[in-house]
Amino acid sequence: MELVGLASFLVFFLTLAGIYALVTLGLNVQWGFSGQFNIGIAGFWAIGAYTAAILDTPASPFHLGGFAMPFWVGALAATLLAAAVAFLVGVICVDLRTDYLAIATIGIGEIIRLVLKNEEWLTNGVRGIAGIPRLFEALGRSGQALAFLGFVLLAILLVYALVERAARSPWGRVQRAIRDEELAVAACGRDVRRFRLESFVLGSAIMGFAGAVHAHFVGFISPEAFDPLFTTFLVWVMLVVGGSGNNRGAILGAFLVWAIWSLAQFATAYLPLAWAGRAGALRVLLVGVLLQLVLLWRPQGLLPERPPPPVVRRDA
Amino acid sequence: MAELLQLLIYGIVTGGIYALGAIGISLIFAILRFAHFAHGDLMTVGAYLALSAAAILGLPLGGAFALAALLTAGIAVLIDRLLYRRLRASGAVVLLISSFGVALILRSLVQLLWGPETQVYETAITPPWRLGELRIRPVHVAILTICLLLVSALHLFLTRSRTGKAMRAMADDPDLARVSGIATERVVVWTWLLGGGLAALAGMFLALDTRLHPLLGWNVLLPLFAAALVGGIGNVYGAIAGGLVLGVASELSTLVLPAVYKPAVAFAAIVVVLVVRPRGLLGGR
Repeated sequence: MELVGLASFLVFFLTLAGIYALVTLGLNVQWGFSGQFNIGIAGFWAIGAYTAAILDTPASPFHLGGFAMPFWVGALAATLLAAAVAFLVGVICVDLRTDYLAIATIGIGEIIRLVLKNEEWLTNGVRGIAGIPRLFEALGRSGQALAFLGFVLLAILLVYALVERAARSPWGRVQRAIRDEELAVAACGRDVRRFRLESFVLGSAIMGFAGAVHAHFVGFISPEAFDPLFTTFLVWVMLVVGGSGNNRGAILGAFLVWAIWSLAQFATAYLPLAWAGRAGALRVLLVGVLLQLVLLWRPQGLLPERPPPPVVRRDA
Repeated sequence: MAELLQLLIYGIVTGGIYALGAIGISLIFAILRFAHFAHGDLMTVGAYLALSAAAILGLPLGGAFALAALLTAGIAVLIDRLLYRRLRASGAVVLLISSFGVALILRSLVQLLWGPETQVYETAITPPWRLGELRIRPVHVAILTICLLLVSALHLFLTRSRTGKAMRAMADDPDLARVSGIATERVVVWTWLLGGGLAALAGMFLALDTRLHPLLGWNVLLPLFAAALVGGIGNVYGAIAGGLVLGVASELSTLVLPAVYKPAVAFAAIVVVLVVRPRGLLGGR
């Protein structure tokens, strides 16, 4: 491949991996910090993407819209709406045991997908929403791509700083304590329900924000644009491989697994033509096997969780 | 009124199919203590194996179904030996994540081996019987009869055989079962044989009623969990009742909801049961 092509592919790769890293950071807040199992990731992601798409596109006869808002309005609304939906869901589901919550979130993800697919007045149904303005259009083709990558990396840095600060704060300590020994935390007089709700909402808000960024990156979204179950699965593998509970692990896992995924794409390009249609399934198989190997041989992930040292009062 | 009865009939047939899947989920949940997310995809594997058994070996549909159910039961045991057994010490959530991965692996294997398009079993098309305004499809009668036979056989197995009693003991209290000398690993193997075989049959019946598709089983995973939870985890009879409740409720929901929102019924059932009556309608763990 020529150098220019390779460079532009690399920018594209890093941008998408970066968006996945944002989502993985969101999942880490829910799962890594407080042990809440979410299989509705793609749903919150899609809420963010659709909110931004509807608010930021010019008028279209096919779906609700025509507000033509700037990116930051759409992104803010996407974050808030994902948080609001997570709050509603959380009020009902946050008390549930881990495995029951996992089952309930399949339902949440599925219902969000069905609404987006079937409410045509809102989302144009399966035909999706096109013409979502890209950021930094004025910079030309390659300048735009580079600037967007810079923006995504900056967003990762900001979200990382936020969640890392949260993890080290007293709030984060309570979250980990709830994850490991819920009864003890309740016995200490903490409102377990409220803390769990807070981390569920915060994680989903980050996923919603990532959705808005994704919509502005690809410019077109539809319910089938990404397989919702598979997206959710990929994010889970990223977190497990990177190391759940570790924010740096979440970012590392996202880039690494996305690299494996993309390399597999090159490899499957050499398959005989009869198999070309099945290359996607082969790659899913690969990622599935990768997950099992990590669970068997390195369940703590590449970067295991390192809780901050306990606070010791000297004068006590 | 006729419409209501017609929907009721469809609901009972769907419910019988759900029951077969939910029994396995409930038993696995109670005995191995984790939510088996690959159960729907075991159904899919079973349905496709039957397709190949009929096509390659030229078996009649009944024989193909029996062979595929046995094969799927074996596959379920194999997955347990390869993965779940090694992860059992790591806790229920690791098993859950692993089974989520197994679901994706099985689904992609189905797509690789049989392709992504929808397919159907070769069956003679028989016109439905008419009973007044009601229409009854012979295939529905067959499915329901076999479901009843299977459930009766399962009842005899669980109440009369030593292994069945050991299974129920382990579902009630695994620790107590272990200290009273039950060979727990043997019970685990039986759990997978039963769960896998019944799941495969559920998949074939669902495919017979609709058509084969790589997402066949995954799409009903939510109602299956709902049925197991409604019936109470670990309670086989509860799972059967739960399956019927879910099947009938999701068919009747089309009277008030657009049909595309059928999965919402299962979700609502889960939320209501978990919030209002966490031990299920018939009691369980």
